[in-house]
Amino acid sequence: MKTRLMKALIGIFCVTGIIALISLPVYAQTQERELSSMQEWVKGIEIPGLGYRSWVTGIQPPEAIVVEEKTGIDAAVDKIMSPINAVIYNAVFFSVPFFGSDLKLVVAWLVIGAVFCTFYFRLVNIRGFTQALRLVRGDYSKPDDQGEVSHFQALATALSGTVGVGNIGAVPVLIVLGGPGAVFWMIVAGLLGMSSKFCECTLGVKYRNENPDGSVSGGPMYSLKKGLAELGKPSLGKVLAIFFAITVVFGCLGAGNMFQANQAYVQFVNVTGGENSWLVGKGWLFGLVFAVLVGVVIIGGIKSIAKVTEKVVPFMAIIYVIGALIVLGMNFDRIPFAISSIFTNAFSPEGMAGGFIGVLILGFQRAAFSNEAGIGSAAIAHSAVRTKEPVTEGLVSLLEPFIDTVVICTITALVILTTVYGDPTVSHLTGVGLTSEAMMRSVAWFPTPLALAVVLFAFSTMISWSYYGLKGWTYCFGESKATDISFKVIFCIFVVIGCSIPLTSVLDFSDAMIFAMAIPNILGIYFLAPIVKKEMDSYFARVKSGEIVNYRKLNAGS
Amino acid sequence: MSNILLVGIDGSEPGERAAEFAANVAQAQGAKLLIAYVIEWSPYSFSTAEENEVRHKRREEEIETANSKLMEPLLNRLKSGNNDIEGLVLHGHPAKTLNYIAKDRGASQIFVGRTGGSGISRLLFGSVASNLVQTAKIPVTVIP
Repeated sequence: MKTRLMKALIGIFCVTGIIALISLPVYAQTQERELSSMQEWVKGIEIPGLGYRSWVTGIQPPEAIVVEEKTGIDAAVDKIMSPINAVIYNAVFFSVPFFGSDLKLVVAWLVIGAVFCTFYFRLVNIRGFTQALRLVRGDYSKPDDQGEVSHFQALATALSGTVGVGNIGAVPVLIVLGGPGAVFWMIVAGLLGMSSKFCECTLGVKYRNENPDGSVSGGPMYSLKKGLAELGKPSLGKVLAIFFAITVVFGCLGAGNMFQANQAYVQFVNVTGGENSWLVGKGWLFGLVFAVLVGVVIIGGIKSIAKVTEKVVPFMAIIYVIGALIVLGMNFDRIPFAISSIFTNAFSPEGMAGGFIGVLILGFQRAAFSNEAGIGSAAIAHSAVRTKEPVTEGLVSLLEPFIDTVVICTITALVILTTVYGDPTVSHLTGVGLTSEAMMRSVAWFPTPLALAVVLFAFSTMISWSYYGLKGWTYCFGESKATDISFKVIFCIFVVIGCSIPLTSVLDFSDAMIFAMAIPNILGIYFLAPIVKKEMDSYFARVKSGEIVNYRKLNAGS
Repeated sequence: MSNILLVGIDGSEPGERAAEFAANVAQAQGAKLLIAYVIEWSPYSFSTAEENEVRHKRREEEIETANSKLMEPLLNRLKSGNNDIEGLVLHGHPAKTLNYIAKDRGASQIFVGRTGGSGISRLLFGSVASNLVQTAKIPVTVIP
């Protein structure tokens, strides 16, 4: 216990140390900008008057619904958080001017990591794609091993954490800010992200812990600790692992919890009558109900609710895609325009701030925030799979950025481009509201299932992230019933907070934390990539030679 | 080539009858009897991360329960007359898994009880018996 506490303290010390080091010179430069307003951080990108917008989902809660004046708790929390947040936010989201646009270094860090993985693993995102589909279909699952977590289940679980409100609500924001061309770069970044996802998930499975009771714990904190120890850098591994664990806890409580709860509340209010809804100003009540539901699932272990959401969410995603395709079908005459505008504007955007590079950065950012490739979160979910070949899990995971970004986000983009794009009458709308309007024009009742989808997406994302946060928490404080419960109780309390008060600075802080996860995670990828490559080459060779049996082919042959 | 008979049980009475019937046939033919219990399980269902984490443990518990509650009592009862009986507990789609075992072990015949699967799933996908009758590559005997 004592050593755990020591570890945690050392970790916190290192985090603050690193952040202070990075931010001191930056802080001085950026103070002026930061003082003027927190909204200014995306100079040239932010729409005037939009106010707070989460970077993770890119959505901003409508002003009319969030509580206007700062209540006692809100003001108090903001007062404590603001100075801390200012330092950390500026450190993580430190931007450098780049050909007239602001390039956030953390986005560059993610993109460079993804490009590195794509080339280092010799286009595994393309080469491994069909093999990934075969794995998900179960072609390589030995019938005697049935009953373990399947590749399909691991993929579905990880997807329910990444496919969320952002896929519906943040893409319209992207188009409003960057034009159709930004969609092109989003897709490119999604394709590149497949490679970094492959690497991090392979590592997660390879270096997970198998607990004495038969359960497993995995994720970047374990791969950093064990993997770097193998390379003879145990202390560096430990520091990075603790850094990751701490950031995942904070990221989970904010973007994985409060923000999701808040979005669910906002959508609920919109459906029940907007500004006239009786729920307006009763966020705490909604939060309480939501917290009880979440608590019942994660603390009470009432699997039925979890089962229902986990079953409903993938269907909601499918229904959303089908609904969007119907809208596209009804506007098929505009599809050629939409597609050509995506391509032409990608290289020569008209009237966009920052020009070509600005649009490229926006698209890359959206993809990185949407599919979380390089962040390390999905590696935690994938580590639960019991497979002899870590590479198989990596291959399956590369489908996530594809489904999330290349399919779902692109479909949302096409819906916007074929319906409301360029229409001045909807300029007041953004986020989910714009998607909702776009769909309503084709089918009048679509907004209702859409709102339901948003609430369910938010709920499932929260459940997934509570698990990620818990793994970070237990890594710091040890695996026991007490640590387990204490985190879950804290998690539920934050649900209520998230619905009740617009904690701008807390959410900025948690966004920063989510992206801070990428720092140790991608460093780990650079160090451990040769190990993954060796495993990958050996796996593909054995598939080719037939040493790894394809059971579907085997059975079809008889 | 030794003769191997496979019987699928599901904890129901017809399943039990099928096992007894198959045991008699096996005894008469001097064949080896494989008794298989398939725990219905789909790799395409959805689960939470926490369920995934403990899945391995659950699986072993499920197999353990099936062995102690169902398979062992049955084996003890049937073994009095037969020498060569083996029990198997596997997860998966019942009919597909029985087909797999039959192929893997080189069984010459499958025995099953008429009911198998229950409620809506049976309504939608038919019973294990009717599924086997249509998909098996070896003779299937359905015991009413």
